[in-house]
Amino acid sequence: MSALFEILFSTSFLAAMVRIASPLIFATMGELICERAGVLNLGIEGIMVIGAFAGWMAVYQGLPLWGGVGVAMVAGMLFGLLHATLTVPFGLSQHVVGLGVTLLASSTASFAYRLILPEVTSPPRIEPFQPYGVPILSDIPLIGQALFAQTPLTYAAFAVALLTGWVLFYTPLGLAIRAAGENPAAVEAQGLSVTGLRMGAVIVGSGLMAVGGAFLTLSAFSSFFFEMVNGRGWICVALVVFGAWRPGKAMLGALLFAGFDALQIRLQQTPLGAALPYQVFLMVPYVLSILALTLMSRRAEVPAALMMPYNKGER
Amino acid sequence: MRLEPVANPSLARQLGFPALALLATVVVASLLALLAGAEPFGTLGLILTGAVGSKFAALETLNRATPLIFTGLAVAVAFRARLWNIGAEAQLYAGAIAAVLLGTGVLGTPWVLPVSALVAMLAGALVLLGPVQLKTRLGVDEVVTTLLLNFIMLLLVSYLLEGPMKDPAGMGWPKSAALLREARLPRLVEGLRLHWGFALALIAAVVVWLIQSRSTLGFEMRAVGQNIQAARFAGMPVNAVLVKTALLSGGLAALAGWSEVAGLKGHLSLDLSPGFGYTGIIVAMLALLHPLGVVVSALFVAGVFVGSDSMSRAAGVPTYIADMLLATALLFMVLAILLTRFRMVRG
Repeated sequence: MSALFEILFSTSFLAAMVRIASPLIFATMGELICERAGVLNLGIEGIMVIGAFAGWMAVYQGLPLWGGVGVAMVAGMLFGLLHATLTVPFGLSQHVVGLGVTLLASSTASFAYRLILPEVTSPPRIEPFQPYGVPILSDIPLIGQALFAQTPLTYAAFAVALLTGWVLFYTPLGLAIRAAGENPAAVEAQGLSVTGLRMGAVIVGSGLMAVGGAFLTLSAFSSFFFEMVNGRGWICVALVVFGAWRPGKAMLGALLFAGFDALQIRLQQTPLGAALPYQVFLMVPYVLSILALTLMSRRAEVPAALMMPYNKGER
Repeated sequence: MRLEPVANPSLARQLGFPALALLATVVVASLLALLAGAEPFGTLGLILTGAVGSKFAALETLNRATPLIFTGLAVAVAFRARLWNIGAEAQLYAGAIAAVLLGTGVLGTPWVLPVSALVAMLAGALVLLGPVQLKTRLGVDEVVTTLLLNFIMLLLVSYLLEGPMKDPAGMGWPKSAALLREARLPRLVEGLRLHWGFALALIAAVVVWLIQSRSTLGFEMRAVGQNIQAARFAGMPVNAVLVKTALLSGGLAALAGWSEVAGLKGHLSLDLSPGFGYTGIIVAMLALLHPLGVVVSALFVAGVFVGSDSMSRAAGVPTYIADMLLATALLFMVLAILLTRFRMVRG
């Protein structure tokens, strides 16, 4: 028990938790924006892959790190545009289109990787974002190094979560986006375009998902691997449900989830880790996601028009 | 812009848009080949000859189509009832585990093949039963749960292959022991590299078609898929129908893994399926969820994969072009099918 206590209250654990949560927060906010507008975006997994690849490749080709983030975002928005065009004006099945976009985006990344680097056996590394210690704050014992000695992209993740919450709940635009996901006919009656709002939300949301992917290559691993996203996108879809479609709760959900992930890595090095096969620990994130979905299923905060295509003039 | 139904779609409209979708896919393929510095028509020709250009190539395509028919059927059955089973990959591995458990000596009878097939189907069905129970009892969305189960199942297989099911004679590789002779599916024709799994897949397609078109269950599955509220209002046992659909779907996906192990590989390893479960979604959608169409589209999809592999070795265009093409074909095709029935109008 004291061993667990020691792990949980160590700076390295808290720092890992914040770090692991960062890409999830970007992508969860992206998915949340899409779903608030009424569109389930299952392109998320593939869009994270293309973001991870595009950001990394841009930096490898000589762009600065923030340039890489920008390239990733644009790549994500392009696939978001594709998703939005097919699901919003054409109203095609969001399940089928989403999975199609995931497949197209991840295979595009693989194809482009092999095209640009035909011969390499191990992917080249780039110089990733370095931790930036916030003056004074990073000197606070225990949490200072955990919260305020992270890379700039981590600070950006939390800023994006706050911004998402502010826009969605404190601005007219946010009201319109949420209304598009709750009662699209009322939005249209106000003279606003449901199509425009939903497409905009999906495009911006997809951009954020791609930045979440880029976090993996530009801030965490400094290189690109085919399987690196490894279901994180699907986990973020679960986190949106867990967070009851609220940015603040979803952000806390991502942190909680990252905490468990950081914990399982550390538990592998304890006597418990020696007793259990390592695969049991690796299952933890996926099992937790299913558990989270199950626990939250009884609550009915789901946007009323989620997955309902809107066709003007049709009731 | 809004969609307006077309009252009586003409034959030209019904065939024209899907044809356009195929043409658009060919255009994308040519552009990708150009991008890779290869000659477009030559590349397409190489994919074609690589898929069906020789007896060896054609048999390879049929072999590759076998698991895709099973997973395509699994997805088609589920999607028809609007049960979003994206977990065919996990169910496939459940079937493969069953094939190994029973095929390596536990069962020494001549009945080992039919018994292991049945147990495999049961195992796959059980894997899908969990998410379906969560859906019908608690309203948990099955898309994410079935997707996440794929990752969990792969880790379970990894554990089994490094632990209890590891081949002691496997030189340390994480693979299972080889199946006994009696537990292997025989060749369809002696001397040709094509196993009975292919014939079983064809039979499965016909059986599924009969269930869907001739049985009460088929009628109920369609009704639930078309309008779940109306089906419930009409007094249909919706939850029971969904559970039966899941059992059928999971069982079919499991047969993919069972036939790969018993027919092709003879053992289980972590690379048994290069995403057959996910590709099954493309197969089913291209077939418009029709069980017999699944056979045709599985052959097409398998041909694209086998042909691209061989083209890639000759022309140097990355083999991932196959996945890109299939994803493109899927998106174009769902759009084309919509446009056969609706038109975009201003306003």
